[in-house]
Amino acid sequence: MSTTNASSSNEAVAPNAVPIKDAVIRIAGNSQDGIQTVGELLARLSGRTAQEVMSYMTIPATISGGPSIYQVRIGSDHVLSVGDVVDVLVAFYQHSYEGHISALRDGGVLIYDPDQVKPNLEDKRFTYVGVPMTTLTIEAIGGKGRDKGKNMFLLGLIARMFDLNLPKLETMLKDWGAKRDASTMEATMNAFHAGYGFDIGRMGQNFRFIPNEQRSGRPLMVMTGNQAMAYGLIAAGVRFGAAYPITPWSSIMEIMRAELPKYGGIFLQAEDEIAAVCAAIGASYGGRVAVTGTSGPGLALKTEAIGWAVMAEIPLVVIDVQRGGPSTGLPTKMEQSDLNIAVFGGHGDCPRIVVAPRNVEDAFYISIEAVKLARDYSCPVIILSDQAIGFRVEAFEVPDLKALVQEMPIDFTPRGADFKPYEDTPDGIPHHAPPGTPIANNNFPILSGLEHNEAGHPGEDPKFHVVMTAKRRRKLQKLAEKLPTPEVFGPAEGDVLLVSWGSAYGPTREAAEKSIAAGQPMSALCIRYLNPLPSGLGKIFSRFKHILVVENNDSGLYGYGQLAAILRACCCDARIRGINKTDGLSFKVTEILDAVRAQIS
Amino acid sequence: MNNATNNPSSGAAAVAPPTQPGQPAPYKKVELKSDRPTWCPGCGDFTVLDLYFRLCERRQVTREKITSVSGIGCSSRFPYFVQAHGVHFIHGRAVAFATGLSLSRPDLHVFVFSGDGDAYSIGGNHLEHAARKNIHMTLVVMDNNVYGLTKKQTSPTSPIGFKSKTDPMGAMDTPTNPLKKLISAGATFVARTSHTNPQHVLQMMERAMDHRGFSVIECLSECVEFYPGAFDAANPRKGGQFTLIEEKKKDGTPEDAKRHDPSDEVAAYRLASLPFPGVFGVFYQVNQPAKNDKEKQLIDTARAATSNAPPLAVLQKTFDRMK
Ligand SMILES: Cc1ncc(C[n+]2csc(CCOP(=O)(O)OP(=O)(O)O)c2C)c(N)n1
Ligand code: SF4
Ligand SMILES: [Mg+2]
Repeated sequence: MSTTNASSSNEAVAPNAVPIKDAVIRIAGNSQDGIQTVGELLARLSGRTAQEVMSYMTIPATISGGPSIYQVRIGSDHVLSVGDVVDVLVAFYQHSYEGHISALRDGGVLIYDPDQVKPNLEDKRFTYVGVPMTTLTIEAIGGKGRDKGKNMFLLGLIARMFDLNLPKLETMLKDWGAKRDASTMEATMNAFHAGYGFDIGRMGQNFRFIPNEQRSGRPLMVMTGNQAMAYGLIAAGVRFGAAYPITPWSSIMEIMRAELPKYGGIFLQAEDEIAAVCAAIGASYGGRVAVTGTSGPGLALKTEAIGWAVMAEIPLVVIDVQRGGPSTGLPTKMEQSDLNIAVFGGHGDCPRIVVAPRNVEDAFYISIEAVKLARDYSCPVIILSDQAIGFRVEAFEVPDLKALVQEMPIDFTPRGADFKPYEDTPDGIPHHAPPGTPIANNNFPILSGLEHNEAGHPGEDPKFHVVMTAKRRRKLQKLAEKLPTPEVFGPAEGDVLLVSWGSAYGPTREAAEKSIAAGQPMSALCIRYLNPLPSGLGKIFSRFKHILVVENNDSGLYGYGQLAAILRACCCDARIRGINKTDGLSFKVTEILDAVRAQIS
Repeated sequence: MNNATNNPSSGAAAVAPPTQPGQPAPYKKVELKSDRPTWCPGCGDFTVLDLYFRLCERRQVTREKITSVSGIGCSSRFPYFVQAHGVHFIHGRAVAFATGLSLSRPDLHVFVFSGDGDAYSIGGNHLEHAARKNIHMTLVVMDNNVYGLTKKQTSPTSPIGFKSKTDPMGAMDTPTNPLKKLISAGATFVARTSHTNPQHVLQMMERAMDHRGFSVIECLSECVEFYPGAFDAANPRKGGQFTLIEEKKKDGTPEDAKRHDPSDEVAAYRLASLPFPGVFGVFYQVNQPAKNDKEKQLIDTARAATSNAPPLAVLQKTFDRMK
C-alpha cells in the first residue's frame, strides 16, 4: 500500500483515513464461502470508480470445493501486476491464516475471524483485527444462510475500511441480487450493512484512494480476459465459432454461445477439437472468418486441420488459452508453454500468424486485429492467451465501439475468366471466391490441401511445391515488414533489456519501473506479434548488454525458454538469455528483479 | 464495409449471393466436367460422378452454388472432377467441414463425397454427431470395402477373410455395418445403392437432395484394382441379386402390409441386418428439424428480443452493463 500526504477531497466522510494510491487485498477461505463474489464485486466497483484494478484467484482442483483465494489489487495509477505482497489479508479459517500469512507485508493488516482463527499475536510485524464475522453475520440476518451471508458482511467491512463508493456498491449489489429471491436479497443487504457498520477504524486503520487526476475522463469498464476476447471477436464481425469445452478456454465459448444469436450468428459445440476446427474452417470457406478455440491439449488435436488452412490459404482464428502442459498438466494454472506448438506445430513447412495479448484490454483489441490479419493475409491466426489473462478481471477504458464494430459481408463479387485461387502474385496473398460466387467461363476454384497449381488442382510437377511454399512464406514476410517495431520502455540503451510476451508483460514492465525508480536503469519490451516477428528487434537488442526474456515456461535443455530460442535463432545473438519459471503462477516483480541480479552478476 | 444496418451479416440468416439478371440458359451435364478423373478404368466411382452431373443437370442447381466437399481417398478426389466450387479437405473430416459450411451458409445444399475408410473409420465419430444433430447436407459414401488410395489395406467394411496388405492372412475383425451405425446414430435419411444400377443411384441422390437434414447414401462402388468382384453377389449381370426395398404405398391393400415403412426404425434395422447382398433403397427416413433450422429459430428469437438492433447497438448495450 503506497501512502502519500496528498490532501483529500472526502475529508468529511473519513476524517482519519490514510490516503493511498494502491492496495492489495487477499481474501482467503474456502470456495463455498462466496469469496469470488466479493472479489468480483470489489474489482467491478473499482473500475466504476475510475480505479485501475487487477484480480487473481485460485480455483480448487476439485469441484466439491476446498481452500481458495481471491486477490484484488486496486490502484489510482496503472496496475501492472496483481501484487507480490498483500496489504490486507482476510483469513476465514486457521488454514487460510497459516497458508497465507507469509504473503502479508510487514506492517500489513490481518483481518481474521477469532472464532475460527488463532493467530500468533506475538508476531509484531502485523496489525491484528479480529472480527467475529460468522457470529456477527448470524446476528445480522437471523441465523439463516450464514455461510451465504458472511461474504457480504466482509464486503461491507472492506467497503468501510477503504471508504469505497457506497451508493455505487449498493446499486451493484441490487443488480447482482436481481436474479435472486427477495429473502436472499434481504439477508444479503443486512449482512452487508452489518459489515459496513462495523467500523474497523476503531481497531486498525481506514484508507482512502486518491483520485487519479490524469485520467482521460473516459469511463472504465471491467471484465475478464476471456470476456474481452469473446466480445472482441463479436465486434470484429465473427458470426460463426465451433469448439469443444476445456478449461480455461470454455468460458469464451459459453459467452459466444449465448451472445452470437443476438447478432445472427451460431456457436457450435462440436464432438471434439478436430471437428471444431474443421467446422470453423468450413464456415470460413463459406466466406466469413470463423473462430475456434481451446487450451493446450486441444491445440495439439487441431494441428492437422490448421495445416490444411495454411496450405489451402483459408483465413481462420484459433484461440489457445494456455494452461500448464504437457498432457492434462495443470488445468487450472497459467503457463506460456504453447508458443512452440503455436509457431511450429504441425507437419511440413507451415507458416501461420501467431499473436499474444499482454493484458485483458489487449485481449479485446488483439481479437479484432486477429480477424483482420486472417482476412488480409488469408491465413490462420493463432492467439495465445493464458489462464492468468483469461480469468483475471481488469479495468480499462471503454472501447470506442463505433469505430471498432464491423460487419463482415461475404464477398460474392463475380470473378473473371482468368480468376485463379492461388495466383502467384508478388505479395502472395490470395483473394478467395466463396461458393456462390459466379465465375466467368465457369472456371471454378478448388481449395486443396494437396500441393496444387494456381487453379487449385494437383499436378505432378514438383515446381508447384517450390512456387507455392515460397508464396505461403512470402505473404507473411510482407506482413512482417508492416508490423510496428515494439516500443522500448525505459532507456533506449543500457545494461538490461527485459523482453516479455503475453501475460509476463505486466510484472516485467513493473520490474523495470521499480528498478528505474530505485536508480538502476532497466528497460522492457513486449512482443505482441510472435510469428512473424516484427523487424528491428536485432537493432534494439544491440544497444543492451543483457537481453533477458521473461516467460512462464521451462528454461529448456539449453538454458532459455521458447521465445528466447526463437529470438536467438532469428537474431543470432547469444546474449539473449532467459528468466523462466514453471510453478503455474504469474511472475512476481521481485522474482524478476532477483533473477536479473543473479543473471548479470 | 457496410455501415451498421438493421440486417446484420449473420451465420444462418439468409445469405444472398447476387443472381444474374434474367434466367441463365439451362446447362448440360457435360459442362460440369473438369479434370480428367484419375481413377482406374472401370472403377465404380465413375458412375457416381456421372450421376452427380446428371443430378445437377436435372435439377439445374445454380452453377455457382454447387459445392462438393471431400476428405482423402480415391473417392475423395471427386471435387477435382466437377467444374464447380469444391474442397478437397483432410482425411476423415469432410463431414465436420461441411457442418460448419452448411450451418453458416443456409443457401447451399452441400454434397460430401467420401470413402469407407474416410467416413466409417477415421471420420466415424463425426458421422455419428452430424447424424444426431441432423446437419443439413448429403453424404455419399463410395464403399469399396478396401483402402484404395493407399493400395489395399483392410477397411472397416472389409469382410472377414478378405486378404489385404495389412491382413495377409485374411481380415479378422467384424466389419462395420454402416446402415445400422447410421440408423442408431439418428441419421434422418439412410439409403443404400450400388454403382452397378445407375438409375437407382440417381433416384437415391434425388431423394436425398429433397430431404431436409442429414442424408446419407451408402453406395457400393467396386475397386477394380484391389477388390475386384467384391459386389458380384449384388450384381445381376454377374449372376447376383439386386433386391429393391418395396416401400409402403399406404394404399390399404393387403400387399402393402408387407412393404417397408421407412419411418419404422426397428424395421429399418432389421433390413440392415440382412446378410450380403441384402437389399437396396431407402432404409430409413424421418422428418425431424435440422439443426440449421433450430439455430435459425434461436437467432430469430434472440434478434427479436433486441428489436432487430444492429450489432453496434447490441454490443453497446452489453458494454454499458459492464461499466
Ligand atoms: C491423417 C491421415 N491418415 C492417413 C492417411 C492416408 N490415407 C489416405 S486415403 C486413406 C484410406 C482411403 O480409403 P477410403 O476412405 O476407403 O477411400 P478409397 O481410396 O477406398 O476410395 C488413408 C489411410 C491420410 N491421408 N491422412
Ligand atoms: S484403386 Fe480402386 S478405388 Fe482407387 S481408382 Fe483404382 S479402382 Fe478406383
Ligand atoms: Mg475405400
